[in-house]
Amino acid sequence: MKVLLRSPRQELDVEGPTRVGDLVTSLGFHRDAVLVIVDGRLVTDDVRLPDDATVEIRRVISGGAV
Amino acid sequence: MARRCRVCKGAPVIDLRQHNAAFCEEHFLRFCRTQVSKTIEKHTMFDHDDRLLVAVSGGKDSLALWDILLELGYNTEGLVIGLGIGDYSSQSTQTARRFARERRLVLHEVDLEAEHGFTIPGAVAGSSRVPCSACGLSKRHLFDRVAREHGFDVVVTGHNLDDEAAVLFGNVLRWQTDYLARQQPVLPAGDGFPRKAKPLVRLGERETAAWCVLRGIDYVLDECPMAEGNNHLAFKDALNALEERTPGTKQDFYLGFLRQGFEHFAPPDAEVSARAALAACTSCGAPTAGERCPFCRLRDNAARESTPIELGRKDH
Repeated sequence: MKVLLRSPRQELDVEGPTRVGDLVTSLGFHRDAVLVIVDGRLVTDDVRLPDDATVEIRRVISGGAV
Repeated sequence: MARRCRVCKGAPVIDLRQHNAAFCEEHFLRFCRTQVSKTIEKHTMFDHDDRLLVAVSGGKDSLALWDILLELGYNTEGLVIGLGIGDYSSQSTQTARRFARERRLVLHEVDLEAEHGFTIPGAVAGSSRVPCSACGLSKRHLFDRVAREHGFDVVVTGHNLDDEAAVLFGNVLRWQTDYLARQQPVLPAGDGFPRKAKPLVRLGERETAAWCVLRGIDYVLDECPMAEGNNHLAFKDALNALEERTPGTKQDFYLGFLRQGFEHFAPPDAEVSARAALAACTSCGAPTAGERCPFCRLRDNAARESTPIELGRKDH
């Protein structure tokens, strides 16, 4: 499957099928640090992604002045 | 078994491990509004008669905050500050303008370079101050000033649970008791400063980002280039590693501090009233403990740094 990372932009090829939660942790992300979007929709950790899916993993952590 | 929305058992769009729950779109948005309402009421932040100045950066937190406050019927105007951090700042300002224009909202703007003669990168060049410190100082000064000049009752900011937990973590690691004594979601007005409120402290940044995605709010995805590698991000990463193992850790840490920890650091009233009174900054009139306020000192240092040195000049 195609995995698009944002900020910085990066595209990865990952073998599917896999569950969203497993995909996130296998790429080294903490689950609380990202949102996963498929076809413009948010998906939960238990959703099974087929090998031909296109998935966006969006980092949500920001660290500027507080 | 597939997860289901905690409320309606419909298909969920998000799971919130810290609440051991999943929500569909409708009930997630309701959950966020309820968390914000609860925070505003519990900490007596403001009411529907108050005029709120929303500090807007174009990022997910400030735009989600403004959107939620509008949904809850509060009287808001926004303020965006042009910080002069290259394309990142231009994109931030444009995003904030678009959000306001599409909703016919009032957005105040201050451009640091045009109005005060310096940028954040310029202010930190040749200075020992780290960028986030110069940026935070400038933003706080300008939020306060615009609130005073336009008669706003409260400055509201989009600090979320992750921000507050990371700040608390840093303050505890270094036992910065002065900072712990002020770490509250609302700070009362006083000494010439407006009231400050953080209505998002019960929502994590994953929730504010999800709010924006579900509401179709276009926000700046890029991280500030000057924030890269700062301690605040390292603290967030450490807390998220703990959260991965034990969901709810960040919430227990921060909300537990407000419930049980803060009182041990808050100064007694007598001590507060005995503190030296603030005077007006001799340069800009803002309340300050010194002769000139930190913002004016930062601006003057930046001006000195950018003054070209004349080589080979001779006095006649």
